[in-house]
Amino acid sequence: MQTTAAAVTALIEEFAKLPGIGPKTAQRLTFFLLRSPADQTRRLADAIIRMKEQVITCSTCFNITETDPCPICASPQRDHGLICVVEEPLDVLAIEKTDTFRGVYHVLNGALSPMEGIGPKDLRIAELVARVQHSSGEVREVILATNPNYEGDYTAAYIAPLLRPLNVTLTRLARGLPLGGDLEYADEGTLSRALEGRRAFEG
Amino acid sequence: MPTPHVYKSEALVLRHINFGEADRILTLVTPQHGKISAIAKGSRKVTSKLASAVDLVTRAQFVLATGRELDVVTQAVVQERFDHLRESLWHATAGYTVAEALDRALAEREPHPDIYVLALDTLRRLDADADAWLADPTPQNPAGPTSRGWAAMRFFDLVLLDLLGYRPAFHTCVSCENPLQAVEDNGFNAELGGAVCPSCSRYAQRRLPLLTLKVLRLVQTTEWHALPVMRLDQRTRDDVEGVLQSILSLNLERSLKSWNLLH
Repeated sequence: MQTTAAAVTALIEEFAKLPGIGPKTAQRLTFFLLRSPADQTRRLADAIIRMKEQVITCSTCFNITETDPCPICASPQRDHGLICVVEEPLDVLAIEKTDTFRGVYHVLNGALSPMEGIGPKDLRIAELVARVQHSSGEVREVILATNPNYEGDYTAAYIAPLLRPLNVTLTRLARGLPLGGDLEYADEGTLSRALEGRRAFEG
Repeated sequence: MPTPHVYKSEALVLRHINFGEADRILTLVTPQHGKISAIAKGSRKVTSKLASAVDLVTRAQFVLATGRELDVVTQAVVQERFDHLRESLWHATAGYTVAEALDRALAEREPHPDIYVLALDTLRRLDADADAWLADPTPQNPAGPTSRGWAAMRFFDLVLLDLLGYRPAFHTCVSCENPLQAVEDNGFNAELGGAVCPSCSRYAQRRLPLLTLKVLRLVQTTEWHALPVMRLDQRTRDDVEGVLQSILSLNLERSLKSWNLLH
């Protein structure tokens, strides 16, 4: 005998498929929505459907967008000679939040991970090389802003020799101390990189 | 002896997968506890103190708390990061190959300190080779290792097979058991576990040219510090790697994905 309404059980099952959500959280979210005003629930459902129907991938930078090219690639205010290569669309969001980068992006859609079977063909590496090649010298600098870990370094080490013959400056993001932290809690790797990358003090 | 609730161990990070908001699930290999799985909470955050210690192919001192399904990393301090190795594509792929081979070869909670030491020694050799190569890259082969780096990986392959109990036979024919002659037309059969003589060539899965046989014998029977510098052509290197990968793939029940990427 079914004790819970089928629609409720179905929603619990769908929530439980999401990453990081277990059966208890799925139940809580479902019952929260059950008690919410109808228009709030409708807005959530509409937002999910709109996201699936309208979001596409930019054919230039492979970031998620609703228009192709995306607003960043289409903007004449951005510096198209400076490409920042990132692993995921979330990295674009993080850099855009800084409000200091005026170049454009290239989203790889992951990092090379041979042990997990993720090779160069699974990422947008060939598209990056073609983009720089076909820019007729407009691209001056490519920032390899992959994550500062083994996979990120590995991906950068793979891309660098492909771009180097194209006469562009290759850079990596600086590594060092996070703002607001205490020096004594920094790990040795970060601290040694921070010392290597120290800058003249203009105070 | 049961593992205490909180225990310390040094470990090498073989693998990690992202989990939840900012956590990572790690596969670690330790000298005393063998291969273990542990969760490093919050380690993907830039401000995490664990972040650099739980990166792949890093040796660190860990404090772990036993959990119901996964142990929990409570503290970690980096011991060795092999920074040079990370900067060269060939050497970083070799680092991946070492980690993947250990992950495939070792069972959970079965300590194998000899294999742990072999992996660390290999990573140190690769790191030193990467340092030398980065200082003076070979113009003919910009993505390749020096002969020492290449030899370090073949030494790793052969000693790993030996420690796992799969030492391949390169002195007698694995079919008729007669001593192998120094001739060009010997063969190799991974399933039989070694070389086959020309009379048993029907069992050969691949050719075993004389120079390839000599290199395999030399690396198998020589201590690392006594191993001479070997200047080999690419074909012989490929032959030696092919023989070793065929026997490793068979015994690890799958070919190593990292090695495939390198080729």
